[in-house]
Amino acid sequence: MINLPLLPILIPLLTAVILMFFPKRIKAQRVISIIASIGAVVASIILVATVKQDGIQTLNLGDWPAPYGIPLVSDMLSALLVLTTSIITLFVIWYSIYYMDEEHERFFYYIGIQFLLVGINGAFTTGDIFNLFVFFEVFLIASYLLIVLGGRKAQLRESIKYVLINVISSALFVTAIAYLYSVVGTLNMAHVSQRIAEIDQPGIVTVIAILFLLVFGLKGAIFPLYFWLPSSYHAPPIPVLALFGALLTKVGIYSIMRTYTLFFYHDVGYTHTVLGVLSLLTIVVGIIGAVAYRDVKMIIIYNIIIAVGVILYGVSVMTPDALEGAVFYLLHDMVIKAALFLLVGIMIAIVGSSHLKDMGGLIQKYPWLGWTYFIAALSLAGIPPLSGFVGKLLIVRGGFVAEDYIGPGLVLLSSLLVLYSAMRIFTNGFWGTPKEYHGAKAHLAYRLLIPAAALIMIAIAYGVGAEAVRPFITQAVEPLVNPAIYIDAVLKE
Amino acid sequence: MEILMSIVIGILFSSAMYLILSKSLLRIIIGTALLSHGAHLLLLTMSGLKTGEAAVLREGVHSYTDPLPQALVLTAIVISFGVTAFFLVLAYRAYQELGTDNMEQMRGTETND
Repeated sequence: MINLPLLPILIPLLTAVILMFFPKRIKAQRVISIIASIGAVVASIILVATVKQDGIQTLNLGDWPAPYGIPLVSDMLSALLVLTTSIITLFVIWYSIYYMDEEHERFFYYIGIQFLLVGINGAFTTGDIFNLFVFFEVFLIASYLLIVLGGRKAQLRESIKYVLINVISSALFVTAIAYLYSVVGTLNMAHVSQRIAEIDQPGIVTVIAILFLLVFGLKGAIFPLYFWLPSSYHAPPIPVLALFGALLTKVGIYSIMRTYTLFFYHDVGYTHTVLGVLSLLTIVVGIIGAVAYRDVKMIIIYNIIIAVGVILYGVSVMTPDALEGAVFYLLHDMVIKAALFLLVGIMIAIVGSSHLKDMGGLIQKYPWLGWTYFIAALSLAGIPPLSGFVGKLLIVRGGFVAEDYIGPGLVLLSSLLVLYSAMRIFTNGFWGTPKEYHGAKAHLAYRLLIPAAALIMIAIAYGVGAEAVRPFITQAVEPLVNPAIYIDAVLKE
Repeated sequence: MEILMSIVIGILFSSAMYLILSKSLLRIIIGTALLSHGAHLLLLTMSGLKTGEAAVLREGVHSYTDPLPQALVLTAIVISFGVTAFFLVLAYRAYQELGTDNMEQMRGTETND
């Protein structure tokens, strides 16, 4: 038992508290945020290395023994997600230093980001279902601050809807936990899994499973619960959008992944079929949105929804291949979505509008931006050897192994349309005749490009070096396929 | 006792849903407050209601009240209190900025931004 799993939560928490003492001193805020984020990245790298070497790391908070206290559990899946989250946050903070107005920075912007990181890393790490709810609330409250910061009319209007939908889903989360507790009498996730296995998942547990799907589906934006996402995410400034798009929905996906492989794996016939059908419908509505809109932000936002569907389809199939693909694609999607939003943000900074009709010919003045976006778009669609390919390949293969042909077919078809939607930004925005642009931040384009390009480099390395990454992913999938590994590590029997 | 509480929770949930589905922002916020009250009562009820026993567990004591749901519900109450306070402030600010508290008029469209 070591304190290492706690560090990626503790570092941002302490940073946020320290930053609160001098919110108006922007320079100090920037420097400390960057240093702390580097610290969080280093801590998560050490965590991943430790988990790789010694297996699942657990920490019983307050030294209460396992089923009674709250454990923090870092298996490979959560360690990798924590690492990816920390890296993305670091680059987004770097980008924000140039992008955000001073007005934002002086009003708790960096503090909000650090608290967001606390909540997300906590949600990935915790091994207690009620504690998961608490960490959900931590990052939700930080996200309420970030989405409304700036106070434009559209932001206020959309954040009301965002807060409302999340308050309702939190109430449902408490309800679901209440039902679960009344059935199994414990909150420790490993212990819950054991108890459900003992009673062999009667009907009431299936009801609880669907209730959890409803709760996490609202956060993760699956069909038909995605309706709030596009307009809410359209409102805040680009760096906030990048954080939300890359991280928040993924916490919902992670929670579905965790509960559906650890708790509700006995009666797969009902729950996982529901999950599979919903995820395929999610892909369909995502594609419709991505192809229909001509607003660059909206196109990428609908691509989030498509990715949610693809990943959850991999989870619903439940074969080792498909799960591995889902984890692989999840990590890929976090990095590439953050990078795409940052790149699109640069386009908006140059043009001063997010609509494609105002863009054109950007490649003449900004060739580097154009080609970086091109690579990002190919990677998003999953062109080999870029990072989207391996994940989709494994998901599709997993689907075929499970003798489902509609799902993999739809995933493959979605790749084509994703490529079409992303390339439309390229052809309309970068090709064509140049126009007069009056974007207020156009002179910052190259400074903004560095963090975005660095994220693309990570995505390329992740795709090209898939062979080196594979052992980590395989280790991450082991506890998902065989919950006994997770249970034994937590309860230490 | 449990049956009575279940009826109370049902009334809370249904009135919360009725309020949330209305157009006025303030009613919606009151609805969310009722909804979280319902969820908290549910959490307390689902673990079994007992009277006359203390929430302690020691060697030799066989009859006790489960202390865990009380700890959970306390945490959940604090969180929903904070969120409701934030929501009210947000609604007030939105009312100042947008000049309306009618959700019908808060639809975002591409032309109306």
